[in-house]
Amino acid sequence: MKPFEVVETPIDPQVYSDYVLHAGAGAVTLFTGHVREWTHGVRTVYLAYEAYVPMAEKKLAEIGMEMETKWPGVKVAIAHRIGELHISDIAVVIAVSSPHRKAAYEANEYAIERIKEVVPIWKKEIWEDGEEWLGAQKKYPDKGVGSV
Amino acid sequence: MIRVQYFARLRELTGKGQETLDRDQLTVQQLLDWAEETYPGFGKDDIQVAVNEEYALPEDIIRSGDECAFIPPVSGG
Repeated sequence: MKPFEVVETPIDPQVYSDYVLHAGAGAVTLFTGHVREWTHGVRTVYLAYEAYVPMAEKKLAEIGMEMETKWPGVKVAIAHRIGELHISDIAVVIAVSSPHRKAAYEANEYAIERIKEVVPIWKKEIWEDGEEWLGAQKKYPDKGVGSV
Repeated sequence: MIRVQYFARLRELTGKGQETLDRDQLTVQQLLDWAEETYPGFGKDDIQVAVNEEYALPEDIIRSGDECAFIPPVSGG
């Protein structure tokens, strides 16, 4: 595994949790984002994720660097899966370790918010009677995600 | 020669994942204008352009050899 990666196979969150754990860590937060069946009353059959893989991995690593700047001492690993995902599959995993729990919680939430803003990954919802690419983003985010 | 890539809705709209433009230089805005003209319904106002895997601004210059990608609103997570 790579600490910041886009994968096409099922995600094992333990791998990322193990990666961030070290002797100085007093806390590990592990977030897994899953495919949800119902969204605003519409039933999803499955999701199709697509990524601009090299840029997505670069942006994930930049988010990791932002987190290390904002919360010194955290260690981060993030993976996002692409391809066809079914109900309850893991789409994204964010593992954060830190000496104390507060930073691990805060940094983990920061990561998912940033992923939704800047990482070039797209989700298509496939329903029983149709499909749609989703997306909502600021037109021009701060140039260079590394600038915090 | 400038390489451009299409993803998600734009890949389906254009019917291709990538193509090359025989240009030496143009701005990001000019690239967006070209795409809108070439592919009706492109929706350039909601699309960002990445040049060499970094988000670019409308006035940034794209040069021959650069790798561009049209980035429609992202929806990861």
